[in-house]
This record gives sequence, structure tokens and C-alpha cells, in this order.
Amino acid sequence: MKRTGLFIPLGVFLLIIVIGYAGFSLTDPHQLPSALLGKAFPEFTVPLLGDSDTHVDRSALLGKPVLVNVWATWCPTCKAEHDELMRIKALSELRIVGVNYKDDERLALKWLADYGDPYDFTMQDLDGSLGVELGVYGAPESFLLNAEGTVIYKRVGEINRRIWEQEIAPRFAVLVASEPVQPGG
Amino acid sequence: MILVSTATWAAAPVDTYSFRDAQEESRYRALIDEFRCPKCLNTNLSGSDAPIAMDLRRKVYRLLTDDHLSDDEIRTYLQERYGDFVLYDPPFKPATWALWLAPVGFVFISGFVLLRVLRQSPAEPLSESETERLRVILDDN
Repeated sequence: MKRTGLFIPLGVFLLIIVIGYAGFSLTDPHQLPSALLGKAFPEFTVPLLGDSDTHVDRSALLGKPVLVNVWATWCPTCKAEHDELMRIKALSELRIVGVNYKDDERLALKWLADYGDPYDFTMQDLDGSLGVELGVYGAPESFLLNAEGTVIYKRVGEINRRIWEQEIAPRFAVLVASEPVQPGG
Repeated sequence: MILVSTATWAAAPVDTYSFRDAQEESRYRALIDEFRCPKCLNTNLSGSDAPIAMDLRRKVYRLLTDDHLSDDEIRTYLQERYGDFVLYDPPFKPATWALWLAPVGFVFISGFVLLRVLRQSPAEPLSESETERLRVILDDN
């Protein structure tokens, strides 16, 4: 009994190590779980990038699954992500809609002209209001919505080939398989 | 005291918002002190220079002064968009059981240890021969 008691501090020490290891490695504290998951994409009305007189609202996102991608020219990761979005645009049926987040319109349009435009249309969020509605706290962030406008997946950070192949493409395939055929498409 | 308050002022980012009355302003201050900045993990909204913290302060200001929401409605608004994270108030769910229950566990463990220490029987008194030996040893020195 006396001898086994000697191992108690060692046991406590190992326990702390295990809990600490799990706590620091299982979840990245910079990846907040999205409060929007499983909920309806919020209502909004914003102007289009490059055409401030035209406004779009939530209904523009409905009807078919869509990937809403929040980006900005001041965001280096967005540049890295852009090529992958162009690749997805070329190979997949998935619609991609951009949210140009707290950006300079001129720079944003030049970016799309220089690097290509993977977006069906890009919404302009000059002051970050739409971003607040979406719970955005950095760029890039992306939301996958089903045809009814429910958020079924959120990615904080870059979409790269691995994220596309492992996380987005399978979910999109499920959505396509479960959607009824849209009359008039 | 003056030194302390100046230091806080210097550290806090300055927004130029105007309020209807002092009560509205103090509610605003309390709210932005309460919410956590989503980008910077260990800073509240009032203490952060991050652009997102600025946006959220502006949002809190508008909800308060334009939309006339109550404090609780503002909390709900932010929680619905940024999750439990912003509230600094982890909910009781499987992932946080250890967090919430650990203090209770520590109380039990320390109580157990305390009991064991207290209940240890005191050492038996020395027998006569032992007392004699002890006296001899002490005398020798």
C-alpha cells in the first residue's frame, strides 16, 4: 500500500500530459465551429461587385447547391485558394458565389480579370456587415448550401485539393443525388 | 488610480460613438467587455484592435442604439452567428464535461486526501526500554 502510493504523483502527471495533449491537438482553437451549420443561410441584400446598382438577396442562392466563398484581395491565402476554385469551376457542376469582403472594388475587379473569375456572381460586402451575419471572422471562409439555402458545411481557411476531394465534393455529390430534378433547371 | 485608468484608456481602441444617455453608453461598454473577439482568442471586443472586433463593436452599437435590443437579445444575436465562443461561457456538453466537472473532482480528491491524513493513527507511545534507549542516545551527545 505504501509503495503503490508512491505512484500517485506519477499517475497524476501522466493524466495531465494526456489531457493536455488531447486538449491542444484535437481541436484547433482558431477553427471556431460555425453557429450556422444546419441552419438557414441568413437573409441579406447586397450590391454586386462591379455593378453597385444591382442588388441580390438570399433568393439568388437558392434552387441549386452553392458554395459561398468569402474572399478579399488583401488576403494572401485567398490567392492560394483561387487556383483551386478555378479548377473546381472547370471540373464540377457546383455553383460558386463570391463574397468580396471588406475590399477595394477596383482591386477586386482587377484580381478577377487577372486570375480568372470562378464565381457565378460576386457580392460586395464593403463594411463587413454581411460577414457579421455569416459569423465570418477572417478570410477565406466558405459555406456549402443545399438548394433550400441551408448551410451544411463550413470551411474556415483555404479550400485546397484535399479539402475539395475529402470534404466538399462528397457532400456535393450527396446533395445532387438527393435533390429532386429542378423543373427548367 | 489615475495611473491605472489612463493605462486602460491607452490600451483600448477608440471608437467615436455617441449615445443617447449615460446608461446606454454603460450598457455598450459592459457588452463589449463581455464578448470575446473571435479572431484573437484571449481578448474581449473592447480590448482588441482586430478589424473583426471593430465590426462587432459597431454591430453591438447599432443593435443597441438603432434596433433597441435588450442585452440578452444582443447576446443571442452574437451567439447565433459566432457560437458559444463569443460568450466566454462554455455550455455543458460532452466535449466540456471535463472542464465543468474537474473542479468538483478536485474537491473530492482533496477531501479524500485530507481525511486520510487526519485519520492516520498517531504514533504509539514509546515503551519503557525505548524511552531508556532514547535517553542514553540523547545524553551521549
